[in-house]
Amino acid sequence: MNWKKVASKAALAAGTAVLSASLYAADTIKVGVLHSLSGTMAISETTLKDTVLMMVEEQNKKGGVMGKQLEAVVVDPASNWPLFAEKARELLTQDKVDVIFGCWTSVSRKSVLPVIEELNGLLFYPVQYEGEESSKNVFYTGAAPNQQAIPAVDYLMEDFGVKRWVLAGTDYVYPRTTNKILEAYLKSKGVADEDIMINYTPFGHSDWQSIVADIKKFGSEGKQTAVVSTINGDANVPFYKELGNQGISAEDIPVVAFSVGEEELSGIDTAPLVGHLAAWNYFQSVENDANTAFIKQWKAFIGDDKRVTNDPMEATYIGFNMWVKAVEKAGTTDVDAVEDAMIGMTTPNLTGGVATMGKNHHLSKPVLIGEIQEDGQFLVVSETEDLVPGDAWSDFLPGSKDIIADWTKPVECGNYNTVTKTCSGQNY
Amino acid sequence: MKAYWYGIAALCLALWWPAAVAQGETAADVRAIAAELSGASLPKMPGILERLEAAGGEQVVPLARALLEGDLYVLEASDALVIGRSTGGDGFALEDPLDGTALGEYTKADLKKLRVNNRVRVQLRGMLARLTLLAKDPAVRERAVRNMLERPDADSVQLLRDAVVNESNAGVAELQWLVIALYDIEHSEDPSVRLQALGHLDGRVEPEVRNALQALLAEGADTPPQLRRQAQTMLSALESKIAFYEFLETLFFGLSLGSVLLLIATGLAITFGVMGVINMAHGELIMLGAYTTYVVQLLMPDHIGLSILVAIPAAFIVSALVGVLIERGVIRFLHGRPLETLLATFGISLVLQQAVRTIFSPLNRQVSTPDWMSGSLEFNAVFSLTYNRLYVLLFAIAVFVVLQLILKKTPLGLQVRAVSQNRSMARSLGIRTEWVDAMTFGLGSGIAGLAGVALSQLTNVGPNLGQAYIIDSFMVVVFGGVGNLWGTLVGGFTLGVANKFLEPATGAVLAKILVLVFIILFIQKWPRGLFPQKGRAAE
Repeated sequence: MNWKKVASKAALAAGTAVLSASLYAADTIKVGVLHSLSGTMAISETTLKDTVLMMVEEQNKKGGVMGKQLEAVVVDPASNWPLFAEKARELLTQDKVDVIFGCWTSVSRKSVLPVIEELNGLLFYPVQYEGEESSKNVFYTGAAPNQQAIPAVDYLMEDFGVKRWVLAGTDYVYPRTTNKILEAYLKSKGVADEDIMINYTPFGHSDWQSIVADIKKFGSEGKQTAVVSTINGDANVPFYKELGNQGISAEDIPVVAFSVGEEELSGIDTAPLVGHLAAWNYFQSVENDANTAFIKQWKAFIGDDKRVTNDPMEATYIGFNMWVKAVEKAGTTDVDAVEDAMIGMTTPNLTGGVATMGKNHHLSKPVLIGEIQEDGQFLVVSETEDLVPGDAWSDFLPGSKDIIADWTKPVECGNYNTVTKTCSGQNY
Repeated sequence: MKAYWYGIAALCLALWWPAAVAQGETAADVRAIAAELSGASLPKMPGILERLEAAGGEQVVPLARALLEGDLYVLEASDALVIGRSTGGDGFALEDPLDGTALGEYTKADLKKLRVNNRVRVQLRGMLARLTLLAKDPAVRERAVRNMLERPDADSVQLLRDAVVNESNAGVAELQWLVIALYDIEHSEDPSVRLQALGHLDGRVEPEVRNALQALLAEGADTPPQLRRQAQTMLSALESKIAFYEFLETLFFGLSLGSVLLLIATGLAITFGVMGVINMAHGELIMLGAYTTYVVQLLMPDHIGLSILVAIPAAFIVSALVGVLIERGVIRFLHGRPLETLLATFGISLVLQQAVRTIFSPLNRQVSTPDWMSGSLEFNAVFSLTYNRLYVLLFAIAVFVVLQLILKKTPLGLQVRAVSQNRSMARSLGIRTEWVDAMTFGLGSGIAGLAGVALSQLTNVGPNLGQAYIIDSFMVVVFGGVGNLWGTLVGGFTLGVANKFLEPATGAVLAKILVLVFIILFIQKWPRGLFPQKGRAAE
């Protein structure tokens, strides 16, 4: 036995000791990632999967949470809504994850909801959505309609003098609900019926000729017109192209979009889009140290200098940091304890403010309106002075006017009617 | 005492300052005002631009235009305002915004772009319109007047009144009179002036004219009846004219949608119609054509206009080769087993999609539209045809004609028709049916590739491109009659036009559903489609 062998054995023994020590410290905390990596939604959701992985990696470098390392469990629900529910069940029962970051479309969230509530899981949902929901087991870190749609309409009305409105959307739940809220809001502001045009198109619509011609006609009747677009993903490119080709510029009829961000713009020719607007709670072009650091970290993690950051990524960032803080405050990953700790929790966002988690499981956020520039980035033209707290149940819909969500005692209900003082039987 | 002197000095300054502005400032002053732009925040910009317009006049036109078009930069090293023209890649040729002297070449990293928002853009357009009202080029003058048409104000109209006297171009003068007339109708108190102004509106179809007439008719009872009558007749004439142009427009939209359907279905009409192969990967062959366009543009980034022309043969070859591979590798083993063919080609379509995701990433790829395909061909203010759609329509018809020629006039076409009509007979006459099968499938696939080139100009280039069109292409082929190319032509255009005439009434979603329901009913009654194969070939 020479000294080399001795040394290696000693090293081995030491290594085992360290390893068993870390094992002894109750292994790891598991973080489930439920984003589509294939199918139509892969375009958007893959980015969020990578964001969570980046956050996990960074947290582990800082020493993990409560001294434990985090371990990401990634599954692929393949843009298939029922599969989202199955994969969520798999994450909670087989992998026994402590928290799930996931979903993009509202229909996928609705599909996951019963599973999460049945198994008392914890879901962080990072995308802007139509509201009208508040589950005990879900934290909504994206925007509610009052944090995106309504401030955008206010901006156009006050700063741009818009009198006529085209509400154009893809035909599914988010645009339909948002447009219903907007229609009620516009009417409450005195906009007449004939000054509102509502139009729905199928997913992936590519032949916009007649609709754009209609918009042009609608906008040529002497009143300043704007389009509020809830058109989803892919269909936007031919839509803006057609606007450009038919000679409609952003100065004539501005389009404000709620689903077009940096990532969507990175795959298209931005020339016909310049000057059109988008409303979000975050833009990559916002200048401050936290954001610069985040962008740098993202580009390094993904290994591509051309990749961009966007709003749902910021929502994921906030949600993840808040969860880490809540776990540390609660001292456990137990879902009920973390839920309690989450309410009122604050964490810095990337636009220079501090996000607070409300009693209704929605965040407070700044609302930014940006104009699209040639390079696919946004120039911020308007910003709310204060952070806007998220409103789960819209005040402009007759059905939800009196309803609030409050997950603190004594109400503890996501669907509480303030007039009848009752909690709806449904949990969310 | 001291205060007294200060007062006098201030008074002198106050008296002297406006005089200086009125008399026009020296070049150095204009330059100084322009320099303020480089560090200005967006809310400050309108004020600076106003002073620039007052001080510089026509001299600041290039600067304003560059700012509007996003070509105005700040040179980081010296903080100087420059106009940058891209020389390809990262290079920019710089020139001075005021006197146009060349300042040499710099790279993107040396420059900071001046950003503007919509409000500044509107202001710049108005400013350019006022400053270029007397430009030498009639096209520039026309653009200037057209801009005033949308937002006429007292100052601009006064400028127009001065300009119209000396206007030499009849078209521009007519437009100038129109703007003045629109302004008079809205603001003048004198009925005779308004009546005269109405005369200038005759024969124009601009939406502003209709708005002015409608506004006039909506006025109270103290409008003279003669004026009302005149406006009423003009409005009804105008509205029937607009309705006619709208009909033409919808027809064009329908033909354009039909041409897309024709393009995507023609390839399938060959593989499915003539050969009887249910090729579920047809959509992915279209997608490959679109990606070929993307790759061609990557290879020749400086010649976007030319790249589309290069992409046409390239996409044909790529898709045809893949088609031949699919035929030789899979389909020939499944001859006469439609269900297995369907499943196998569906599998191939998934493989191709995932291959594209792996190679090009799941994100959509950017295919640029060349300049000659952007914008629209304007006939008048309410009727214009977009160039990209127009070219696609012509392209679809050209492809169809060439294909007919190939099938009717070439030996390959003869053999294809022979094999599709009676395989065993053709074989006994010495035709290599295997080879003909491969060529036919290649031809159909190649045409799918051509459809991809056209689609890359209309919609997204991404892995899901093919899926979006596969149903439509089967629909057209079945509707038109399997095995009949003319049926595909008529079927494509019929469905396109029907869809577009339904759309305004029902909305896009319902129009699509109605067309599908119609086809289902149609197939129930006439299962062989519009133009069924007749004679022995159909058995």
